[in-house]
Parts: sequence; structure tokens; C-alpha cells
Amino acid sequence: MTTHSEEHKTHILPLSLYLNVGAALLTLTVLTVVVARMDLGVWNAILAMVIAVSKASLVALFFMHLKYDNKLYAVVFVGSLAFLGLFIILSMADTETRGDLDPIRENPIVREAIIYRDSTRFTNGHETSELDTAGAATDSADVVSDSTATHSTDSQTPDGH
Amino acid sequence: MSHDSTAALSYLQEPKGLKSWLLTVDHKRIGIMYLCAIMFFFFVGGALAVILRTELLRPERILMDADTYNQFFTLHGAIMIFLFIIPSIPAALGNFLLPLMVGAKDVAFPRLNLASWYVYVFGALFCLYSIISGAVDTGWTFYAPYSTTTSTSVISMTLGVFILGFSSIFTGLNFIVTIHKLRMPGMTWFKMPLMVWGLYATAIIQVLATPVLAITLVLLIMERLMGVGIFDPAMGGDPVLFQHFFWFYSHPAVYIMILPGMGIISEVISTFSHRKIFGYKAIAYSSLGIAFVSFLVWGHHMFTSGQSEIAAMIFSFLTFFVGIPSGIKVFNWVTTLYKGSISLETPMIYALMFLFLFMIGGFTGIMLGALALDVHLHDTYFVVAHFHYVMMGGTVMAFLAGIHYWWPKMFGKMYSERWAKVVAVIIFVGFNMTFFTQFILGAKGMPRRYYTYLDQYQPLHGFSSVGAWVLGAGFMIMAVYFIASFWSKRKVGDNPWGALTAEWETSSPPPQHNFLTDPVFKHGPYDYDKIAVVGDYYKQSGGTKMAEKI
Amino acid sequence: MSTTHADAHPKFLQHHFGTAFQQQESSKLGMWLFLLTEVLFFGGLFCAYAVFNAWYPETFVNAHKALSWQLGGLNTMVLIISSVTVALAIRSMQLGKKKLTFNLLAITVLLAFVFLVIKYFEYSHKIHLGQLPGNLYTYTGIEGTNPHLFFSVYFMLTGLHGVHVVAGIIAISWMMYRVHRGDFSAEYYTPIEMTGLYWHLVDLVWIFLFPMLYLIG
Repeated sequence: MTTHSEEHKTHILPLSLYLNVGAALLTLTVLTVVVARMDLGVWNAILAMVIAVSKASLVALFFMHLKYDNKLYAVVFVGSLAFLGLFIILSMADTETRGDLDPIRENPIVREAIIYRDSTRFTNGHETSELDTAGAATDSADVVSDSTATHSTDSQTPDGH
Repeated sequence: MSHDSTAALSYLQEPKGLKSWLLTVDHKRIGIMYLCAIMFFFFVGGALAVILRTELLRPERILMDADTYNQFFTLHGAIMIFLFIIPSIPAALGNFLLPLMVGAKDVAFPRLNLASWYVYVFGALFCLYSIISGAVDTGWTFYAPYSTTTSTSVISMTLGVFILGFSSIFTGLNFIVTIHKLRMPGMTWFKMPLMVWGLYATAIIQVLATPVLAITLVLLIMERLMGVGIFDPAMGGDPVLFQHFFWFYSHPAVYIMILPGMGIISEVISTFSHRKIFGYKAIAYSSLGIAFVSFLVWGHHMFTSGQSEIAAMIFSFLTFFVGIPSGIKVFNWVTTLYKGSISLETPMIYALMFLFLFMIGGFTGIMLGALALDVHLHDTYFVVAHFHYVMMGGTVMAFLAGIHYWWPKMFGKMYSERWAKVVAVIIFVGFNMTFFTQFILGAKGMPRRYYTYLDQYQPLHGFSSVGAWVLGAGFMIMAVYFIASFWSKRKVGDNPWGALTAEWETSSPPPQHNFLTDPVFKHGPYDYDKIAVVGDYYKQSGGTKMAEKI
Repeated sequence: MSTTHADAHPKFLQHHFGTAFQQQESSKLGMWLFLLTEVLFFGGLFCAYAVFNAWYPETFVNAHKALSWQLGGLNTMVLIISSVTVALAIRSMQLGKKKLTFNLLAITVLLAFVFLVIKYFEYSHKIHLGQLPGNLYTYTGIEGTNPHLFFSVYFMLTGLHGVHVVAGIIAISWMMYRVHRGDFSAEYYTPIEMTGLYWHLVDLVWIFLFPMLYLIG
């Protein structure tokens, strides 16, 4: 292990750096709002995420000192994002490809949730779960006779109390 | 406790009093406290298993009705997984050994370590409370949408598991930092014992995977309280997504269970072959390899869940990669045995049992990872037998190898070797009677988690149940000889087995701060080719000292 | 705790560490690992967002317009400024300026409260309109299938983030007390640094939540 005097040198970053990074972050916030107000189609989402990643990098590199600290911390942080990416990508490898090879003859997931079948619930802003059950029982056009859907017809009151 | 020939008092002797134990920040005492807690839950879970097997002796009712049966198998699963096997090796043995093995005075965050034990107990209380308040009958996997609709106390149980997750995270976080920052001078990464590598890989999984379980359980609780609909197909949500979330944790969790066990096996096999471990770096890297691959394969639990075929194929393909690092380990252990001077002490017997049983568990795992075969075998007793071969035949055997190996270090006492060997045979026989039978049952089509079954399965079920009783009897005898060892008059030497890792250099049991002088790295953990070590199994007057260098 | 080693070492150095540097590095690594668990804790909800956004893209586009980008943007600004102040608080402690550190931490806490107040107004507006998660959803003004799922994800994400803001307020207030008590100096300020790292992560999460929920839906 290294001795106290050798390694224990904290580099104190200049005040201007913090203020400049802060200003950059605020500018990027304004920028992302401005960009989002324009209709750029698919680019809206891409640009918004690019700006968010830039802002996050600024925070991580300067405020969280990743640029100056032990690189191990950067590995930990980037590693967490990488595994989050794996998690999302592999989950979506399923949710985005259902029925692609072997078409699902009956849709297992109700594309329109049962709560919308009951028009009365939307009138006064209050609803009760009994109404849901009634709604599902009368209209089974979208609820198909898949095993999952069978679950769904008796699962409208997830609170169970 | 007896007076030791060394001057220093052991961690067991000072400080004194119950309070000094409950407020201790000593990793050794916390390890012992974990050991007591997990052994309690192992007993509870094991008793449930014996009761379940007794019920399954015949297809008709023997002890309980079907609802109680559902609650019992859920409890058996949840207790064994979350309260016993996940904390077993890392939190109990790992806590005790890790700082000793790397020559540190304690783990990096001792207070966090103590907190993790209390968090564990707190979480366990929630789980126990759920038993009184309407025991959960969902299976330990809590699959939505059943878990969001059943009237049993899912919230209490899931909250308990949620809290237990923090305990696991604290332990993992502590271990990673300890390994990175507190190794003794001279111990570089590739001079660490392989047990430490195993714990390191385990800890990485603990911190990466457990938070996802936490958010899954939060969403499940929210689903029950508010009906947020994320996992509810009637609300446009996706119940299969729950399984993705759950297995993103729970598949890696399987490796939380097995990786430290593999670490123990590396230690035990090298020590009792008196031979340098073969392929040190390969074993070390394969631990990390297993940890990484474990995050890519979770979908193989979901082949019949309604997951897309494309995803199923990807996951099936990736699953086979697990075989590579596991195979590397097994080949290296076997090669270490080759031409070693093997002595069959109890820990070694368990290690050899591990090799045999883990290989059966592993190979059947590859079978189940094959997409087409799994559709046939999914949710049958074949799966039950497979994961019992891995978890019990693998992890529990490794845990038993470890506890027998380090028992003299932990308590300075030796159990009866003769009884220990007898029990090892009983457990081996009982285990295979119970679970090999279940492979056959599963292949014949017996579904898992069923309360009753067709008459044609009765002979095999009966045989399996008798095996469970044999297994149970074996563990009862084990408990007796371990407890009896405390009254043993004979003192154990510091290094009874003649091993070279650092924990054997301090006294048995170790002093409060582990080492009387700050340890410095002297020789590699497996340098049996350079150093002749004589085990001082029983300490005679004065006792033989370890490591005589040639 | 043992005092045998303590004589030769500064008071803040725990007995099992050799040097203050080793102790500080250990704390930092531990903190980063904790932040890693936080990323994956939020990760589950990010995954749910991604899945449902891909399933119901029109709903998400329509539903995000129900959120006020003005209030969301304002809150982003508030959190960024609070991130600057907490970073400056650590810097001033590195320079040994205790009074300044205390004040900067106080401003950070104040900004955190401003964030929560704005969030309160947003929430109460949505509760009033019935733009609520899952079963509680009663609003009718949003085109597309299953808009309630957007609000499920919205409330879970911002709720979890809000809980982290509250935890941050508690942690920073505790640090203010410890600064006041005189625990820290230019040599030892690790707890403030760790609290700062946590607060930056809270900011980081929001930096992603803002465009995801308020801007692109």
C-alpha cells in the first residue's frame, strides 16, 4: 500500500470549472426543450437522448470527479449502465418479437385494458373495482380465449382487498 | 473455553457478554451470527421438505390438504433460497474467512456488515410473519398475475424478500471493497486464494442483480396496492415482463449460490491432494466468466411462458456458454487430483461428492437449456431434480465441505471424524435416493408442485420420500456431532489440515483482530510444490508449528 | 472499538485501515458500488418504460403532452443548480472553509425542497384530473390505447425519484449538522463527498427522466 503523504493529494478543481459546467448544463436543458418543441419526427427522441447523455457525462466527469479519480470508479459506473443495457435489450428481444416466427393466433395481452370498457367510471372521476368486473364479463371481444387471457378475466381487482 | 497455549485470547473469549455479541463489528462474530441464523432456517426449510415428501408418499391425503401443501412448498422454496442458500456461503463462511484470507483486520465497512445481519433478521421476521398472516401459496417465484390476485399475504413475504435483498447487497459491496483495498502487502490479484475469487465474482452478482429484484418486488407490491397494471395482462401490461424482471435477478442468484461453493471446492481439493491447484488463472477467470454469462441466460426459465420464439432461441444459445467456464473448473479440479497424494478427510469426501453431483446437475442443466427438450421437461420433476442436484448436490455439499474444513479454525474444536464420515455416506445415499428418482419421475411426466399424482408414479414417489427421511436423519446426526464437538477436550492445532492459505497462519480460533502481527504475504496459497506442510491435526503439548520450508 | 492503533493515527481513521488514503478510497469505491445498485434499481422501471413505449408509441406521445414541460424544465434547472452547490460545498471543505460549506449545503437542501414543492403541484394537478396510475386512472382526454400505463410508469419513476430526493435531504441535513459539529476539515471530508456523489446521482436520474417523460413521451 502506498503511504499517506505520497498519494493523498486532492486536486482542488478551480471554481470557474464548476460554474462553467453548471452553465453548460443549464444551456443544454434549454436546448433540449427547444429541440423538443420542434417536430423532427424520430430525431426528437434521438436528439433528446443525445443531449441527456451529454448532460449526464458532464455531471459524472466533473461533478462526480470521474475524470480525475481512480479509473476503477468509472469502470463501476459504466459497468452498471452496460448491465442495464443488457437487461433492457434482452427483455425487449422478447417483447418486440412476440409472434414473429409463429404468429400468435389469439392475442394474449389485452391491447385495450378492461377499465376503458366501462364508460361510467370516467364521468365523475371516481371508480370502483366492481365495475371493472362487470365490464369484462359483458364484453369479451378483445379478451381472447388464451390461457393468459383466462387469467386476465379473474384478475381485474389486483388489490385483492 | 480452554486456555490456549498462545497468550492472546480468541475472538470467542473477548469481549464478553451478550451485548458484545449483538453490537459486535467483528467480521468473525458476525459470520458466526449468520451461521446460527442460516442453520436455523436450514432446519426449518429441511423440516418442511421432509413433511412435503411424507405427504407425497401416497397420492391421497396423509398429513395435510392441498392448500396447505401449496403453502408448504412455497415456504420450503422461499426459506431455502432467500434465507438459507443465498446467505449461506458468502455471509456466514465468507464473512468469517475473507478478511483472514486476504490478511485484513476486518472487512472494509464493519458497521455496514453488522447492519446487514440485522437487516437479514428483520427481513426474515417479515417472511415468518407471512406464515401466520396467511401463508403465501405462489411458489417462491411469485409469478404475476397469480401473486397479484391471491388472497394470501404476498405483501408480507415479498417485503421480507425485498429487505433481505439489502442484506445481500451490503455483504457483496463490503466484499468487493475489502478485496480491492484491504489485501495484505504483497498479495496481488493472482496470489489470492481461489475462495476469494469465488466470493469476488459472487459479490459482483450480488450488487448488480439484487436491485432488480428489489424493484420487481416494489412493482409487485404496487400492483397489489394500487393496481398499476404493469404486470397485469387485463390492464395492457405484460405478465411475462414480471418473469423477465424476476429472472434477471434470480438466474444470476443461482450463481450467487454456486460460485462461492466452487471457491471452497478449489481450496479443499488442493489442500487434500497436497498439490498445487492446476490452472489457477483459468479457475479465477472462469469465476468472473460465470458471473458475466449468468446475466445473459435468464430467459431459459421462460421457454414455455409465452416469450417470443426468437428470444427463446437467443437465450437457449447463450445458455450453453455457461457450460464452458463450469467445465474449465471441473477439468482443473480433476487435474489437480491427478497424481496428488489424496487424503480422504471429511471435507475432501464432501468435495468429491460435490464433483460427482454437480456434474449431474450441470449436465442436466445443459439438457434443460436445449429449447426443444425443455418444452417437454418444463415444470416436471426433472427440473426439480436438476436444481436440487445443483443447489443441494452442489452448493450444500460445498457448504458442508467448507464447514467441516474450517470448523476447527472457527471454534478451535474438532468434530468426530468417524461420525462425520458415516454421515457423509448417509447423506450421499439419501440425496441420490431422493433426487435421482425425481429425474425418472420427471422424464415420465410427473409435473412439479402437484399435491397428488397418478397411481403409476407411486413406487418412485415412495422411494424418493424414503430417501428424504434418510437425508433428514443424516443431518440430525450431523447436528449432534457438531454440537458435541464443543465439549471435546482435545485442542486443535492452528493448521490441522496442512494448508497454505493465510487463515491457517493465525491461531485457532483467531484473536480479536485476526493476526497478532500485521501479516505480510509470504508464499502463494497453493505452493505445495515449494513448501512441505505438516498438518497439526491435534495439538499435543506445545504443538507442531506449520509450514516448514525446505 | 480498538484504540491500540488509534494513537498513531488521526481520530477519523478506523482501526482496520492502514492509511487515511486507503480509507477514503475504500469509501469511494463502496459509494460507487452503491450508486451502481441504484442505477439498476431504477433500471427496472426504465425497462418497463422502454417496453411500453415500444408497444404503445402513440399513447406515450399523446400522454406526455399532459405533463407540463415548463414545470419539468424548471425542476431540471433546480436540480442542476443544487448539484452545482453541493459540488461547491465539497470544494470549499477541501479548502477548509467550514462556514461556506455549511451555507452551500443549506442552499442545496433548500433547492431540494423547491423541487419537491414543484413536484407537489404537478402531482396534485394530476390527481385532480384523474391522470393516475393503473386502476385509478379516470381521465378521458388522451388518445390512444392504455394511457394509464404511461401514468403508471410516470408515477412509479418520479415517485421513486422523489423518495430519493427526500433521502438526499435527510443525508445533506445530517452533513450540515456534522459540519456544524466540526467533524470535518480539509483533511477529512469523505462523508460530504459521498453525500455529494449520491446527490449527483439523483440529479443524473432526473436528467434522463425529464426528456423521457416530459419531452418525448
